[in-house]
Amino acid sequence: MRSTVTGHAGGPRPAVDGPLLQVRDLSVRFTRKGRAPVTAVDSVSFEVAAGRSVGIVGESGSGKSVTSLAIMGLLPKRGVDVAGSVTFDGEQLLGMSDDRRRALRGAEMAMVFQDPMSSLNPVVPIGVQVTEVLRRHRDMNKAEARDEAVDLLRRVGIPEAQRRLKDYPHQLSGGMRQRALIAIALACSPRLLVADEPTTALDVTIQAQILDLLRGLIADTGTALVLITHDLGVVAGMCDDVHVMYGGRLVESADRHELFARPEHPYTHGLLASVPRLDSPRGEPLTPIPGSPTLTRPWTTGCAFEPRCTRAQPDCLGSAPLMEVDRGHGVRCRHPYGVPEPVAVVDPNGERA
Amino acid sequence: MLRFVVRRLLLLVPILIGLSLLLFTWVRALPGGPAQALLGERATPAAVAELERLYGFDRPVIEQYFAYMGRVLQGDLGVSTTTRQPVTDELVRLFPATIELASFALVLAVGLGIPLGYLAARRHLTWVDSSAVLASLIGVTIPVFFLGFILKYVFSVQLGILPSSGRQDPRLFSEHPTGFYVLDGLLVGRPDAAWDAFLHLILPAVALATIPLAIIARITRASVLDVVNEDYVRTADAKGLSRSTVRGRHVLRNALLPVITVIGLQIGLLLSGAVLTETVFAFPGIGSFLVDAITNRDFAVVQGFILVIAVIIVVLNLLVDIAYGLVDPRVRASTMTASPSTAAAGGPGA
Amino acid sequence: MPDTPLPDAHDPGATARADATATDAAVPGAPGSAEALASRTATELPPGEAGTSLGREAVRRVVRDPLALFGAFLVLSFVAIAVFAPWIAPFGPNDRVGAVTPTNIPGPSAEFWFGLDSLGRDEFSRVIYGARQSLLVGVVSLLMGASVGIAIGLLAGAFGGWVDAVVMRLTDIMLSIPSLLFAIGIAAVLGRSLLSVMIAIAVVNVPVFIRLLRGSMLAQRNSDYVVAVRSLGVRDRNVVIGHVLPNSMSPVIVQGTLTLATAIIEAAALAFLGLSGTDPAVPEWGRMLAETQRFLASAPHLAFFPGIAIVLAALGFTLLGESMREALDPKYRR
Repeated sequence: MRSTVTGHAGGPRPAVDGPLLQVRDLSVRFTRKGRAPVTAVDSVSFEVAAGRSVGIVGESGSGKSVTSLAIMGLLPKRGVDVAGSVTFDGEQLLGMSDDRRRALRGAEMAMVFQDPMSSLNPVVPIGVQVTEVLRRHRDMNKAEARDEAVDLLRRVGIPEAQRRLKDYPHQLSGGMRQRALIAIALACSPRLLVADEPTTALDVTIQAQILDLLRGLIADTGTALVLITHDLGVVAGMCDDVHVMYGGRLVESADRHELFARPEHPYTHGLLASVPRLDSPRGEPLTPIPGSPTLTRPWTTGCAFEPRCTRAQPDCLGSAPLMEVDRGHGVRCRHPYGVPEPVAVVDPNGERA
Repeated sequence: MLRFVVRRLLLLVPILIGLSLLLFTWVRALPGGPAQALLGERATPAAVAELERLYGFDRPVIEQYFAYMGRVLQGDLGVSTTTRQPVTDELVRLFPATIELASFALVLAVGLGIPLGYLAARRHLTWVDSSAVLASLIGVTIPVFFLGFILKYVFSVQLGILPSSGRQDPRLFSEHPTGFYVLDGLLVGRPDAAWDAFLHLILPAVALATIPLAIIARITRASVLDVVNEDYVRTADAKGLSRSTVRGRHVLRNALLPVITVIGLQIGLLLSGAVLTETVFAFPGIGSFLVDAITNRDFAVVQGFILVIAVIIVVLNLLVDIAYGLVDPRVRASTMTASPSTAAAGGPGA
Repeated sequence: MPDTPLPDAHDPGATARADATATDAAVPGAPGSAEALASRTATELPPGEAGTSLGREAVRRVVRDPLALFGAFLVLSFVAIAVFAPWIAPFGPNDRVGAVTPTNIPGPSAEFWFGLDSLGRDEFSRVIYGARQSLLVGVVSLLMGASVGIAIGLLAGAFGGWVDAVVMRLTDIMLSIPSLLFAIGIAAVLGRSLLSVMIAIAVVNVPVFIRLLRGSMLAQRNSDYVVAVRSLGVRDRNVVIGHVLPNSMSPVIVQGTLTLATAIIEAAALAFLGLSGTDPAVPEWGRMLAETQRFLASAPHLAFFPGIAIVLAALGFTLLGESMREALDPKYRR
């Protein structure tokens, strides 16, 4: 289930040996006293090459945010079991010392969070929040950091950057705050940027601006991107490769063109069908996925999507389907769309497809 | 910022008027009527009549109130029936002792409460945290006078290492130009007297500080636990800042905001707690004087002291409010008109 | 405030964050109030889908919390001791059972567990009987203060406008006087008696309950369910009595429990200051403490036992009240 990395035009940076970020069998379990352990991320594997951008798509609760926090090492140390392997430029991140982590975070790998309203410290001026990361990782003195901060804020499209330095977050609009957060994340030209729903909390009109900004900046700097989102539309405009996540596991992996042209997994299908498309005939109704994301069965007892799946068959229960890889297109389903339905199977209800 | 201060000051006016009305009514509700209450039970009918004429207790109530307010605003709080001194003079004489005691206790409460609460939060869900929570709950429920007893018994009676009563060993014959004995000792070049006054302060201050300390520790703990969940702390971690920067600039700076308000509220507790503490330790401040006044039914003193203490509390709370506004930019902004830079924030993002 | 250097065993920020993320990841039906309310009526939901009822969840949390259990144990013991004092106490509260002189007051012994007091009475029996006095003062003053406060708070919340403004300024004023001083003033007007202590403590608690009720009503006024009930044409008075008031009851119960603790302490403080009843035959913890000040060196037990009794009784109500507050208020959850 490795995502298709080769064979595409690489980013501006020369290709390094091996992927920049390699996630292997990453599992995250929340274990708290007096509660049943919850597996939020289940054997997730994928790779991100330098300069590429990878989307991870899923509904809330699919484990995509936890995956991003696990990569960044921002999960709590207690009550959480993280297993598997996450390497960054060949260096194992899991179990790494806290000091080394903090040296990497902000400098080599950075993160943009979902909610710009709450992600900035309300009682510290914007300027300090930008300069502190420069001074920490780039050994700048106060004046240098200040100049660089002005430059950064200007680059992310904040007007009157000089004067903004003294402003507090509440004096900025949501879009401006997300710009400031992007400036902070990109301050040290990281090689990897993890963006967790960077536009979800913003107005629709601003979403496009922020996405344009992100796209432009990572193209300029050659930063690799892991974009976490529930919005296939965002992925379509941003990502080279896409991984669809459901119930803590990847259920479909392909490059963007392949995934949108030939979605194999019923869940991906459902996601696409529930998004309005410009190329779909006017008046065609959207088809939502039935049920809610909480209607999930444990992977140990079969396919987690089975309760909501319109193509479910009796053999979807029992054991979890494996990820089948074909032409670099991976899908975890016994009855993907690409394979013609066996005619012999008779559905007793006569209702399911 | 100025508007913010002025608004708070204006809010003060109705509270102060209400307070004076309350105390004015209170004296009139006392058994025997206001003149009798102010003069004491053994006052002669002639003296009562004299005071009634002087204070105009036979006039309409509204007129009486304005006369009372006029006297209060001129600093005339009446005459103590036990000491025959003006209540204002007694207050001026005794207040330094109580301020010295209360500020010492406040330093203890803040200086120990914040680190303790922070430590408990850092050790959340461990035995350190649980015992800190239990200790703070016991601290809140232990009566000041009982704690005073225990301290006195252990450190004075049993161990004999700290004085159990008073402010100064009278045999030192030190002078007291300001009424703050520790300061006085240093001012007049008597470090021995300053040290002695300090030793006298320890037990009452510890007894007085216990409840505020427990409350400050609990609020700090709860506040830190709140703040460490905030997204901006995660942002700070994601920036790779050092642990000390994350804690100092991002956790503590936010976590201490509610603590400021709570510290302000403790001042009232310290002043009323002083009533009990000073009684237990025979500490000659306004607290023990007030208790004597109650015992002797010296209502002029009671009325004057309660008024002054309440005004002090109201004013200090106002100062705390303003201090909060200085520290928290959001409060400042919500009471200010939009600054030019805020208006400009409209840009492409708005 | 300098950064406190501490060995870093873990990252508390992250610990608590785990809750949020874990909930986000998979746990359905977090007992948020709206969801819990909804699920109580929606019985046809499968068990995994339904949240637990808020009340039951609160009880479950209280039962699981050792501090709360300890508090409940203290409260039950305190009430039981007060109710069954005549059966528990080995002697009457005023029986002179031993010989004492001012310089020789026997301490604890096998016969007199807490020793004798300065008049030769059994201290243990007096502490036991003292529980009655404390419970009586606490409950009566709570009932008086809470009922008046709730009534005024309801009126302020229901009428709003200038009624509300006046009531709020009044509570501001009352709260600006430290409660002990306030109680002293009232007790001074009413004269020295147990009743005046109870009234004084009740009056001090009135503004607390006014604020509680008013705040609760304001919070609910705009809540979805009140809007819903109103849109169905239910009259305002019935909305308040049938919906808002019952929903304000849990904070009132919590506050009431905490108030019992402070009432016991304040009653003791007033008694200590000599403002309570003057009948020396009635054993009262605060006055027992005050009277023994003279014997601190020779008979410390006389101060120790009533003091401990006050602490334990107040601690019981505090522990119980605090854990109920944590259990009921999602904000305090951790």
